[in-house]
Amino acid sequence: MEKFDVIVVGAGLAGLAAAYTMSREGLEVVLLERGEYAGSKNVTGGRLYVNPVRHLFPDLWDQAPFERFITHEGFSMMAADRSITVGYYGNELNRAPYQSYSVLRSRFDRWLAEQAEAQGAMLLSSAKVDDVIIENGKITGVLTGDDGLHADVVIACDGVLSLIAEKAGLRNAGMPRDYAVGIKEVIELDPDLINARFNLEGDEGAARLFFGDITKGRFGGGFLYTNRESISLGIVVGIKALMEGEAFLEAPAFFDGFKERPEIAALIKDGTTVEYSAHVIPEGGYRSLTPLSGNGILVAGDAAGLALNLGVTVRGMEYALASGYYAAQTVLQAKDAGDYGAEKLAVYKTMLENSFVLEDFRNFRETPAVLDERRIVSHYPELFGKIMKDLYEIPGGPKNRLYPTIRRYLTIGEMLSMFKDFRKVMKI
Amino acid sequence: MSNSAGLKAKLGLDVFKPGLEPHIVIRPGMEKDPRLKKAILVCPAGLYSENEKGEVVLTIDGCLECGTCRIACGTDVLDWNYPDGGTGVQFRFG
Repeated sequence: MEKFDVIVVGAGLAGLAAAYTMSREGLEVVLLERGEYAGSKNVTGGRLYVNPVRHLFPDLWDQAPFERFITHEGFSMMAADRSITVGYYGNELNRAPYQSYSVLRSRFDRWLAEQAEAQGAMLLSSAKVDDVIIENGKITGVLTGDDGLHADVVIACDGVLSLIAEKAGLRNAGMPRDYAVGIKEVIELDPDLINARFNLEGDEGAARLFFGDITKGRFGGGFLYTNRESISLGIVVGIKALMEGEAFLEAPAFFDGFKERPEIAALIKDGTTVEYSAHVIPEGGYRSLTPLSGNGILVAGDAAGLALNLGVTVRGMEYALASGYYAAQTVLQAKDAGDYGAEKLAVYKTMLENSFVLEDFRNFRETPAVLDERRIVSHYPELFGKIMKDLYEIPGGPKNRLYPTIRRYLTIGEMLSMFKDFRKVMKI
Repeated sequence: MSNSAGLKAKLGLDVFKPGLEPHIVIRPGMEKDPRLKKAILVCPAGLYSENEKGEVVLTIDGCLECGTCRIACGTDVLDWNYPDGGTGVQFRFG
């Protein structure tokens, strides 16, 4: 049987970051990808924030095939018949090095795989891993088809379901409350039209998040990112919330309803949908992180549950890149010590704890519970929407003064519950 | 009910490499299990439906391999695997 230093399962961002980092240091790395090419099974919203991981891969960013750098941020509260949008533009967002970029994973991951291969990593595509090999309680390799591959250590970067971590006994199948599903269309659109509709110049990009009536009171929200020649439009809904729905509200209907909103329809008019995709997203935060390592195995990226929804920002890809990097550092240390046991590999968790990754997860541990508040997704968009409607409305007769107009909605009871909700929001 | 013709048309835009065996199978005897019915609600590709006998049926063509049904229904009712290497959906944008 073949023996390598490391087997990495899955050529997504975590696996590619790990393979790139370890092969740079001369380790013999085999990277197994079930798709025909890296990125062929991968989906993002998506935007990548570069700042937290810039220093981990200093040579990568200049040539990276990003779509657009994001200069225009926005979020919208969607009531059933109206919406309120807040936009943000800042000169700092329009200055290199840019903090975030829209990305399409098929292109990005394939490029990153080439970088890892250039460092010496061996990428085997169309290779699905069926099981792990366990000898004397230690993971010593994987089975792909009839072939057994052996290594000192296996890094499971096989995505949100992580069947590898499950087979290794590190986790059980995920619970619906800890996961959401993202449904997305890539809509091709003339770059000049994109720039005109979003007030952009050249490669500037826009990112918009939406919450409220589009998820019909359920945990989740919509997103829109501008790519070079397309728009990524999607909706994320909690799986548990979807399961509690009525028969007429199946998952695809949420996306269709969002896409048909007049606010959205105008932005994608004359565009051509070129791809429809969907993917599960870990949304449970700190509480639902799975064990990060075991005897002869490390888990990185979505496989470990490393994605975070912070309301106005949704993040996952930089956690995947960083966890892949720290998994690689752990393996390098383990190799020096000649010890790949559970205790030695546990240093991975310490590394993540000392980095932005688990620091963020600890800081935002209450966020998933707050964002699930139905008042936040259903009550407030309607309330503020109605206030705006009355403020803007000029009736046939005399117009009421502005303060009484607002005050009619903000009863004592309403203000008390707003205060209570605000205290919850303060935990974000 | 979602717009199934529109959904089929959208799935038709994606590239699929056919595999030999369906990679997700409803476990025998579980066709009427209430846990399985959730798949009809959650599948983004609308691949699960209920037949006149009250059984849930799955058409695997068009599976986006998103994993939602595995999490919603669980592995007691679904024998859930990824398709063989190199087969299944192939995202060109992602």
